[in-house]
Amino acid sequence: MTVAAAELTITVDRLQKRFGRFTAVGGVSFEVRRGELMGFLGPNGAGKSTIIRMLCGLLRPSAGELRVDGVDVARHPEDVRRRIGYVSQRFSLYQDLTVSENLGFFGGIYGVGRDRLPQRMRYALDMAGLKARADTLVGELASGWKQRLALGCAILHEPRILFLDEPTSGVDPMSRRRFWDLIHDLAAGGVTIVVSTHHMDEAEYCNRIALIDRGLLVAIGTPDELKHRSLGGELLRVECGSLGRALELLRDYPPARDVAVFGRTLHVLVDDAAAAGAPLRDYLAGRGVDGVRAERIDPTLEDTFVRLIGSRRPEAAA
Amino acid sequence: MRRRRVVAVALKELLQVWRDPRSLMLALLMPVIQMMLLGFGANLDVAHIPTCTLDQEGSPFSEDLLKRFQASRYFDIVRVLRGTGDIARAMDRGECRLAVVVPAGFSRQLAGARQASVQVILDATDANTASLAAGYARAVVGGFAADVQLEVAQRAGLAALPQPVAANARVWFNEQLESRNFIIPGVVALVLALVGAQLTSLTVSREWERGTMELLLSTPVTRTELMVGKLLPYFLIGLLDAAICVGFALLVFKVPFRGSYATLLLAVALFLAVVLSIGYLVSVSIRSQIGASQIALFLTVMPISLLSGFAFPIDQMPPVIQGLTYVVYARYFVTTLKAVFLKGSGVAALWPQLLALAAYAAVVTALAARAFRKRLP
Amino acid sequence: MSDAAPVVSASRISKAFGAVRAIDELSFEVARGEIFGLVGPDGAGKTTILRVIAGVMAADSGAVSVDGVDVLAEPERVREHISYMPQRFGLYEDLTVDENIRFYAEVFEVPRAVRQQRAARLLQASGMEPFRRRLAGQLSGGMKQKLGLTCSLVHAPRIVLLDEPTTGVDPVSRREFWEILYGLREEGVTILISTAYLDEAERCDRLALLHEGRMVYCESPLQLRRRMPGAMIEVPTPAARAARDCLAVLPGVRGVLMVGDGVHVHLDVADDGPARLQAALRAAGIPHELPRAIMPSVEDLFVALVGGGGVRR
Repeated sequence: MTVAAAELTITVDRLQKRFGRFTAVGGVSFEVRRGELMGFLGPNGAGKSTIIRMLCGLLRPSAGELRVDGVDVARHPEDVRRRIGYVSQRFSLYQDLTVSENLGFFGGIYGVGRDRLPQRMRYALDMAGLKARADTLVGELASGWKQRLALGCAILHEPRILFLDEPTSGVDPMSRRRFWDLIHDLAAGGVTIVVSTHHMDEAEYCNRIALIDRGLLVAIGTPDELKHRSLGGELLRVECGSLGRALELLRDYPPARDVAVFGRTLHVLVDDAAAAGAPLRDYLAGRGVDGVRAERIDPTLEDTFVRLIGSRRPEAAA
Repeated sequence: MRRRRVVAVALKELLQVWRDPRSLMLALLMPVIQMMLLGFGANLDVAHIPTCTLDQEGSPFSEDLLKRFQASRYFDIVRVLRGTGDIARAMDRGECRLAVVVPAGFSRQLAGARQASVQVILDATDANTASLAAGYARAVVGGFAADVQLEVAQRAGLAALPQPVAANARVWFNEQLESRNFIIPGVVALVLALVGAQLTSLTVSREWERGTMELLLSTPVTRTELMVGKLLPYFLIGLLDAAICVGFALLVFKVPFRGSYATLLLAVALFLAVVLSIGYLVSVSIRSQIGASQIALFLTVMPISLLSGFAFPIDQMPPVIQGLTYVVYARYFVTTLKAVFLKGSGVAALWPQLLALAAYAAVVTALAARAFRKRLP
Repeated sequence: MSDAAPVVSASRISKAFGAVRAIDELSFEVARGEIFGLVGPDGAGKTTILRVIAGVMAADSGAVSVDGVDVLAEPERVREHISYMPQRFGLYEDLTVDENIRFYAEVFEVPRAVRQQRAARLLQASGMEPFRRRLAGQLSGGMKQKLGLTCSLVHAPRIVLLDEPTTGVDPVSRREFWEILYGLREEGVTILISTAYLDEAERCDRLALLHEGRMVYCESPLQLRRRMPGAMIEVPTPAARAARDCLAVLPGVRGVLMVGDGVHVHLDVADDGPARLQAALRAAGIPHELPRAIMPSVEDLFVALVGGGGVRR
């Protein structure tokens, strides 16, 4: 599906970054549409932060083309920084200043007009739920509050594009959900948002996900597309009496394309879960495994990721 | 204490020092650099003092006197002045530190058997040098005066005047009065303390910072095993450094060595025990590497430079400070070093210092071992 | 549960740091040969609990026993029985893989031949054989974690304590890591593992769900799932925000979560739920596709049990 050029706020073409002999990002290409919530998903050290920093104009790419909001980032990084908002991994707030002072500071450096600033600050406080805490020192806030404040500081100047680098690290699930709610609100208002995370389950919140591993783009698509297309099958969760025995038996059972232990259950990859359940039960029961129950479960993005990159790894267990 | 665990810790520590370029440089290069800098630079002798002369008379006598100044190794004639106005200018500009003025009428005074005077003007902004220079100048003038007296007596037909009292000064232990000879042993102490304390001050803090300490705490390794294992490599490095420093002292600076190597080794070992324990204690007490290294520096370099008798003689200090130096461990070591090098003293004479060092080592080691808690706060 | 005495037993342990209560009257038991998870977000107290059990930190009050040893009274004795892998692995970055293993083996006085045999087997299993001479600092995150595990297993401990060993690690390494743990379980090793990834809870035999130092729940993952009140319904829709605003106020709706391709609705009663939702959406003119029941995630469970479910406006 081709997308009109005007609809693309970010285009990346064969982006590379090398630090000495180490290639942090090795040729990544993708596009992000206006108002889209794009997630970069991958483990630590995969290159997500590096890509985001290049998109923000904080790092110069070693090779490749990079356009954000129509601006060639490598050539005009300062131009880019005016149009974007950025929340870094550690939130970058001043612990010894108050909430309001932090907002005032960031408003100032983002060039928010004097007349606009008070209104924007009120908006940010409201969004973050920090109205009652405007005069609290940031160092005294719990991480959930800090996270929302950092977001507030990043949107004071009403940027059209927002970059969030691992914004939910160290935050409890309730705050995390509240935060994603805010993100969705912003996206609904037309802001393009790029988020990076190593939590596989967080990717569900995004419209589209780019799986990144070792500096390369492994796959890109909606969560649904990735889960069902890449897995190439369906998952069965099998509970039974003797797990070890069942595992061995299933390894010799052709319809079970992949078997893995998961807690006290087995996750089995088959072509068609509905059809495979009963025969599998019979197979195991016939060989002395009792109490077999099999039900279809939804694959997770982790399953997808493992499937996609597992085969590429030299150290992956055979 | 299990030997295997101690060896394991020691081996690991050694590997880490070996692979860390900064530690390695500190351990091996620093002693060399310090010895060279301090050895060549630290010199309390006064010689080749820049001197200006003003001969207001210009007679054979005045020339003779001024020639003696020129011949002396203590004075370097850098300028011959024309008038008294030049003196102040020359001193202000720092061209000379001493000016010798022979007034007009000098020879007439001498001939008339009256006391002639020579003026010596000194730049005393550095009082030490000035007083030494004044002494040397008086000696030169005194030598001239004695010769004049002799000549006069001979001319008058008298026999040589007997000198009423002659003071025969014999210098023991440091015949050339080379200040270097008594400074260098002190420098050895400084170097060992600097390197030893710096290296060990990092050892525990580094493990805290990198997160490996937490794991070590959960293993059967005991506090003592950890301490001995960690300090062992640094002890060996310290001995190596001591060898480097002593080698320098003997071969480059030609400091005489009259004592026994065994006594030296004993003193060095005890001193290292103290210094390493101090470093370890600091490392255990302070979680950050930077903080630990700074405090270690403070606890070693400062007392050694100022209060150990290394450069400033202890008996010239006010009584209160003298009392303080008894607490400074380096005092005992520096005293011992000087004695072993220059006096050739052995254990028989030095046992009080060695005992003090041993006591110090025992106390600090015990403190260090106990300070280390095998629990997180 | 097994009829043998529990291997680890914690009874009302508390620990405070200044004004903050890191753990508050926590009690649980771990049976021999099971994988027990301490699951909860950052600040829940997981690291503190593990440190107390390992004897590395003293609790303010309560009692902990490991393999019959009273940890608070005799922490040194405990250390012979356990292996503890802290969050930062405890690796010496400037030593090689081999040197790291050797150090920890020597600390536990493992005979040389045994060490070589075990190390070879562990390294082979985790695919680290070719990296024996590499400096630990030059390994990737996943490999460091596997090395850390190898070092903690080289003295064949019967009880293993792991503090967030899989945080930030790639999924393939994470899977391999768990395979090693399951292998250990087969050999009867007891494992206590902490994690901030709520979805890892399901990989454990039993788990303690923690929040701000307190235990929210302690049973098996299956039972946890059955605890979930109501049901979780997924409604695909391009207008997630509008759908959320519309559905959140309906009676019987505990919470609505916006996701990338729609909303997840937590309903009190499942029976006519989906139909009601559809009706409401149709009435409001919000485009949507057929709702379907989905399994709640562990995070859904956590939020339901702790935070009162989803986000309400």
